[in-house]
Formats: sequence, structure tokens, C-alpha cells
Amino acid sequence: MAAPAPPVARPAPPSATTYSNRSQVRRNTLLGWSFILPNFAGFALLTLVPVVATFGIAFTKWNAYSTPEFTGLDNFTRLVQDGNFRVALFNTVYYTVGHVPLTMAASLLLALALNRKLRGVAFFRTAAFFPYITSIVAVAVVWNMLYNPTQGPINQFLLTLGLEDPPGWTSDPSWAMPAVILTGVWKDMGYYMILFLAGLQTIPPELHEAAKVDGANAFQRFRNVTLPCLRPTTFFVLIMLTIGSFKVFDLIVVMTDGGPGRSTLVLSQLIYREGIVNGRFGYSSAVALALFLLVLAVTVAQYTRNKRLES
Amino acid sequence: MASILGPRTSTTAPVPPTTPGPDRRRARPVRPWATPLAYALLTVLAALLLVPFAWMVSSSLKTNAQVFTVPIQWIPRELHWENFTEIWSRVPLLTYLRNTTFLAVVITFLQVFTGSFAAYGFSKIRFPGRDGLFLAYIATIAVPWQAYMIPQYILMQKAGLVNTFTALILLQAFSAFGVFLMRQYYMSVPDELVEAARIDGLSEYGIYRRVMLPLSVPALASLALLTFVNTWNDFMGPFIYLTSNDLWTVQIGLRQFIGQYDAEYALIMTGSVISVVPILVVFLLGQRYFIQGIATSGMKG
Repeated sequence: MAAPAPPVARPAPPSATTYSNRSQVRRNTLLGWSFILPNFAGFALLTLVPVVATFGIAFTKWNAYSTPEFTGLDNFTRLVQDGNFRVALFNTVYYTVGHVPLTMAASLLLALALNRKLRGVAFFRTAAFFPYITSIVAVAVVWNMLYNPTQGPINQFLLTLGLEDPPGWTSDPSWAMPAVILTGVWKDMGYYMILFLAGLQTIPPELHEAAKVDGANAFQRFRNVTLPCLRPTTFFVLIMLTIGSFKVFDLIVVMTDGGPGRSTLVLSQLIYREGIVNGRFGYSSAVALALFLLVLAVTVAQYTRNKRLES
Repeated sequence: MASILGPRTSTTAPVPPTTPGPDRRRARPVRPWATPLAYALLTVLAALLLVPFAWMVSSSLKTNAQVFTVPIQWIPRELHWENFTEIWSRVPLLTYLRNTTFLAVVITFLQVFTGSFAAYGFSKIRFPGRDGLFLAYIATIAVPWQAYMIPQYILMQKAGLVNTFTALILLQAFSAFGVFLMRQYYMSVPDELVEAARIDGLSEYGIYRRVMLPLSVPALASLALLTFVNTWNDFMGPFIYLTSNDLWTVQIGLRQFIGQYDAEYALIMTGSVISVVPILVVFLLGQRYFIQGIATSGMKG
């Protein structure tokens, strides 16, 4: 490559500013922007502007047929008193608290089980990944039938196990959320398994060998070698899963549509109903802002906790 | 437990020369039951994971009355293949498939092109403000889409684009994720290579086209596959933006069919199978790139 070329051809990075005169900088800026612009134009208009706009609209009274009118914190005082909001907030947290640890455990177990050089292991990895690439509508319709309280295979199985009164799953307000969480775990674990597998493969085998020589058993090796080495992956998965769980939307819409009653109504759904169905742009943006701040707060908390654990 | 198997043992072999005595005892446990046990475990796991699929395929070949029988017939006594011909006359499935394919192809093409093009600017051209701009891109990946879907909708409504393909294409073709994924890859291409091409007199666009694009085929394939599958499976986008039947995608069409004929269990399953099969084929063909793309997106940099 260009390696033999002496320093003339390859200015060290810091000197980039010193050797390049103003016209060079301008030329590079124009060139750089010419590459970025096709994507940036779409991105700025459809992502950046809306993100910023949410903050403004949340403080207005604005319906589909009116002009926006600044109302200060009115939307937020209404939010606190809104029963639907409180139920949706509770359900969103409920889903997250169930979905995050279960998916993490399941995907890590899958990754550990499949992180070996067995003949045919690729087949099992593919199988574990199938649910993730299956469309949410197909997933919902199959699981809703599996969950059928009287004739579904799941309850038939539970009956043969001797369970007298199996749960009503998606038709029972107190079981609907666990049912949705379970389906969510099944669908998502293949994705996070891939991330864990990638992480596991960065652990040098020598560490395990050394621990084995020192007489550590499989569980001790998992606790003292695998888990610490996997820390960056675990943290990344945790963040992704948390954000993903807080914004759960399509799974709920197609499986239960928030029901029975309001037992699975979540924040994203409330934003959709208020904003797009009812055309209450201002109020729904306030709900959206609340969701955003919630996600931000939890992410920052996890981030600082991770920083503290690292040091 | 069973991780010291087959090929793994060959890599352990060179390690023990330190203390031959006790170590030989340790290096030996090629437990004869370990491999079958591992397979048995994996098979149980795979069965659990795949049961819903088995049920879907099996039900798609039954009559409505046979779908819920006690006990379950996993293999239908008679196969009702006619479900797969009947469904086409019950729902305009062909239109849905065509719409979905059109959207997926256009969005994937735009995403891969604009994403890799921008990634070149972000990774190989140095100019003031570049890194700050990239940070803005990354930051929005962490913002839940639901948090800004209302302003997006208002924008589309004002532009008169609700209920058009254009709305979905515009919303999904310029995602920050594509730029992020491609930049990750371009950062791993040595700058010397680009520098050498510059000295050889190639313009930046020439370098992008003749050096970077050929080098990044695996990354392009990853991004293309991920985008294609995501667009094909997307439910919320079409659900919010497409209201007329002749614009619907497979997902919306299927969902509508379920709502309309909720007792047609067998046909619903037939429709589900048809909606899933194309994506399974695409996935199986490009599995390697698909997995690679996900693994890369997990590595921050």
C-alpha cells in the first residue's frame, strides 16, 4: 500500500489543519456535504425536525382542525389526571420489567448453548433466529390461537399436566400482559442471542483453560470468567432491550389491541390513539414527550450505574 | 459443561505441557455422553422454539373444524392443499404482495445508496462539524420512533402524502441506522488505501465507487438484507399511513383478513404461511450477511 511513501504523502492527523489552507477546508467541506446531503436531507426533514418539533407541540393546544395555541403546561397537568395515561404508564413499565430480564436470560442461555463447535449447530442457530424475522402479524395470530383458553394447544398441554384451571391468557385481563410478554420474549431472543454469541466469541479460550486448570467448575467459570468478559455486551443488550420494551407497540396492537379492557394499553398506543385517531396533536405530543423522558432517564441511570461498576 | 468437545479439545491440547501429571487427567474427559446430551438439549430447545411454526404450517393444511381438535393432530390426516389456492380468491393477496415487494425494493435501494454515500463522507473526508453532525445521527437512533411520529404525521398530512407509498418511502429510506452501519465498516478500511487512490488521481466520487463500494460488498449486503426484511415485516408504518385497500401491504391485508373472517382459522394460517415464506427464503439465502450485520450493529465505535 502507501506505506513506503514518506511523511509528505501522509500528514499525521493533527497536522491536517495546519497544512490545509482555507480553500482546502472549504473544498473538503463541500465534498463531505455532497456525500452526506442525499441522506441528510431526508433525515433532517423527517427525523431531526420532528424530534425537535415534539418538544414544541407538547406545550400547545392543537387539534386536527385548529391552529396551534401555546398553553404552557396545560397538557401535562391533564396528563397527570388522565386515567388512561396512568394505566398505560403502569402497563408499559410492567411490560418492560417482565420483558427485559426474561429476554436477557433466555437469549444468554441460548447463546451459551449454541456457542460450541458441534456439527449442525448452525441449524439450531437459524431455528432460534426464525421468530425474529417472522412478521408481527403472523406471530400474533399464531400465538393468539396457541393461547386459546379452551381449545388452544398451550392449555390442552397444561390440562394434561393436571392443571385444573389453566389461565385465560389474552382473554383474561390479569393474564393478558404475561401472555404478551411471553410472546415478546419468544420473538426477540434470537436477535439478542446473536449479540451475545458475538460477545462470547471475543472471550479468549485461554481464560477458560486457565480457570479449568485452577480447578474451577463450569458454574464458577461462568460467574468469574464468562460474565465479567461479557460485560460490554450485556450492557449494550440491556440498553437496547430497555428502549425496545418501553416503545412496545405493534406486538400489543396486533395481539390484544390494548385489551381486554385497558389491561395491555401501553404508552405508544395512547400516543397513536390520541394523536392520529383523535387528531389531538398537542396532547399526544405531551404523552410522547413523557415517553421520551422516561426512556432517557432510565437509559442515563443504567449508563451511570455501568460506569460506576466499571471503575 | 459440555463445552470441551470435538474440535475444541484440539485447541486445548497444546496448553498442558506445564504440569504433565494431573493435567493429563483433566485434558482427557472426553465424556462419551456429552455430545448426545448436548444434541438432546438442543433438540428440545429447537422444538420449543419451532412449535408455533409447526402449528402454523399444520393448521394451514386443515379444515377449520380440524384446527382445534382435542388431542391436537400435528400431522393432519388429510392435507387440504386447496387452502393455498382458495386464499387468492378470498383476498387480493397478489396486490398485497406486489405492494410489499415494491416498497421493500425501493426503500432498500435508497437506504443502501444514501446510507453508504453518507457514510463515506462521515468516515473518509475530514471537515469541520462532521463529528458533531454524526453525533446528531447517533442520538436519534436512541430516541423511540413513537416519540416523534405525531410531527411526522402532521408533516405528511400537510404535504398531502397520507395514504401514498411516497410517505412510507420518505419515512424509511433515510434512517440513521444505515449510515451508522456503513460507517462502522468504512472506519475499518485503512485510510492509506483511500490516500493512495487520491494520489493516483481518483476523485472522491471515484474512490467511493471504485474502491469503497467493491470493498464493502458484505456490509452492503447486510444493510440491504436487514432493510428488506424490516420493510417487508413493517406493520406500524403501513397501518398508520395506508388506508386504501389497493395500497395495502401483506401485513395489513392479513390483519384485515383476520378481523373480517375470524373463524376461518385454516385460511388465516394459510395467509400467514404465505406472508412468512418469502422472508424465510431471503433470510436463508443471505443468512451470513444478515447475522454479520446484527453483530456489527452491536459493536459500538
